[in-house]
Amino acid sequence: MRLFGPPRDVEPTSRGWSSRSLPQRWRDLRAQEGARAALIAMGSTVVFFTIVIWAVLSSPTWPKVQKQFFSGAHFAKVWPDVLAGFWLDVKMFLVAEALILIISLIIAVMRSLHGPVYFPLRILAVGYTDLIRGIPLLLLLLLLGFGVPALGLHGVPSSPVFWAVASLVISYSAYTAEVYRAGIDSVHPSQRAAARSLALSQGQSLRYVVLPQAVRNVIPPLLNGFVSLQKDVALVSILGAREAVREAQIYAALNFNNTGLVAAALLFLAVSVPLARFTDWYAERDRRRRSSGMLV
Amino acid sequence: MFVAVLAMVIAACSSGTTAGSGGTSCAKGDLRLVTPGVLTIGTDDPAFPPWFEENDPSNGKGFESAVAYAVAKELGFSPDEVTWVVVPFNNSYQPGEKNFDFDINQISITPERAQVVDFSDGYYNVNQALVAFDTSPAASAKTMADVKKLKLGAQIGTTSLQYIENEIKPDTEPFVYDTNNDAKLAMEAGQIDGIVVDLPTAFYISAVEIEGSSVVGQFPSVGDNPEQFGMLFQKDNPLRACVNDALQKLKDNGELAGIEKQWLSDATGAPVITP
Repeated sequence: MRLFGPPRDVEPTSRGWSSRSLPQRWRDLRAQEGARAALIAMGSTVVFFTIVIWAVLSSPTWPKVQKQFFSGAHFAKVWPDVLAGFWLDVKMFLVAEALILIISLIIAVMRSLHGPVYFPLRILAVGYTDLIRGIPLLLLLLLLGFGVPALGLHGVPSSPVFWAVASLVISYSAYTAEVYRAGIDSVHPSQRAAARSLALSQGQSLRYVVLPQAVRNVIPPLLNGFVSLQKDVALVSILGAREAVREAQIYAALNFNNTGLVAAALLFLAVSVPLARFTDWYAERDRRRRSSGMLV
Repeated sequence: MFVAVLAMVIAACSSGTTAGSGGTSCAKGDLRLVTPGVLTIGTDDPAFPPWFEENDPSNGKGFESAVAYAVAKELGFSPDEVTWVVVPFNNSYQPGEKNFDFDINQISITPERAQVVDFSDGYYNVNQALVAFDTSPAASAKTMADVKKLKLGAQIGTTSLQYIENEIKPDTEPFVYDTNNDAKLAMEAGQIDGIVVDLPTAFYISAVEIEGSSVVGQFPSVGDNPEQFGMLFQKDNPLRACVNDALQKLKDNGELAGIEKQWLSDATGAPVITP
C-alpha cells in the first residue's frame, strides 16, 4: 500500500532551465512533492486523532468505561483464559480454511464444466451455492450444531467444535466457490480454445491452462475470505465451544467487567491486520508485475 | 462530605416521612426515579417460570413478579404505577445511565459484581441443582465424586457455572451456553450429561420443559453465607436503601415467605448431593 506520495499519473511540469536531465528533474520534483504530502498527512492525522481522543476522554462517563473495558487488573486475570480460547480459534480457522479451499475449488470446477452430459453436476453446484449463501451462518451453526447430534445417528460426532468447523466449511465454501468461478470466467475463452486445439482434453485444459491463471487472478479475494473467516470462528461460541470470545463473555458476566472482550479483540486484530496488509501488498505486487511499461 | 451532612440534616428536618437506612427520605415524592411518579423495573425477555409466568412480568404472577409488586406497594406505588422494561442480563451492568430503577432477574450477589453495581439485600437463598435425563449416567449421581465424572453444561455468567468450576471441578471442562435453552438443546443432543441451574429453575425445566428428565439432586452451598439473589441498581442509587427497608418489612411480616411458598413450594425436597 502506498501511504504517501503523489498519485501515479501526475504529469511533471518543466520548471525553467536546468542542467540536469529531464528524468532527473522529474524525480527531484516527485521527491519534493512526496515530502510535502507526507508532512500534510502527518499533520492532519495528528489533528484528527487529537480531536477523537479528546472527545472520548472528556465524556463524563469515561472513567467508568475505562474501568469496565480497559482495566489492567482484570486484563491480567482474564488474559490466560482468552489466550487459551484463541488457540482453539486458530486451530479451527486453519483446518476450516484448508478444507474450504479444496471443496470450493471442486464446486467451482463442477460449475464450469462444458457439455450437456455434465448438466446434473452444474445444477448441483448452482443449487448448493444459491441455497447455502442464503442461510445466515449463525442459523447454520444452530441447525447443524444442535440439530444433527440430536438425531443420535450412529457414528456421527456430537462435538460442538466438529459441527462448528463443519458449518464454517459449508458456508464459506459456497462463497469461495463463486470467487473461484469469477477467476475461471476471467480467463479468456481463447485460452481454453487454444488448449483444446492442442488436443488437450477438457480436464487437461482446465488443469494446465485455465485453473493456474484463474487462481492467480483471484488470490486477493481469496485472502480477503481468509480475513473474514478468521473473525467468524468467534461465532462458534454459541455451540458452547470455549474459544476466546466465549471466555471473555464468561469473565464479563461473572465479574461485570468487559476487559476480556478488548483482550480478545486485540488477539483477533493481531492476526487479521497482518493478513490484511499482506493481501494489499500481494495485490499491489501482482498489479505491478502485470502492468508493464509503466513508471513505478 | 458536606453535601452528605446537608442531606442528613434536610432528611431529619423533613417531618412525617419515613427515613431509609441510608439517611434519604423514602416518601414517594422524594424518590429519585428514572420516570417521575412511576417505578420502572427491568427484567430479561423471555422471563421464565417460576420467576415469572406467561412471559409477562406485569401480571404479578411468578415469584419475582410478586416480590417486585410487594416491594412497590411498600414504597407506595399501586400496580398501575409500575412499568417494566426489557433488560437483557448483559446490558444490566454496562456503564452509563440505566433505564430502570432496579432490575430483578435472578441475579446472584457477588463481591466482584458489587464493585460495579449496587445490590439490594438478598430476597431469595439459592441452591444449585443438577438436571439430567433419567436414562443418563448422571441420573444415579449421589456424591460429588459421581458428578465430577460428568460432562456438565451451564448458562454463561451464572453462578451455576462458577459452582461447576470452583466446587465440582469436573474432569471435563464445562460447556457454556448463551441461554439455558441452548444448554437444554445440547443435553437433548447428547453433548452433555447434565445441566447445573438454580433449584427452582431445575424443577421447572424437569417438570415442564424436558420430558424424561428430573432433578438429580441439589448441591450443598459454599461456606457460611448462602448464595442470594438481589435486585440490581445503578451504583450509588439512593433508592436502594428504601427498597431494602421495604424488603426488611416483607421479611418481618412473613409476606416474603408467603410469596416463596406460593410460587416456589415445589423447589424443596430434592436430595442433597453429598460432598
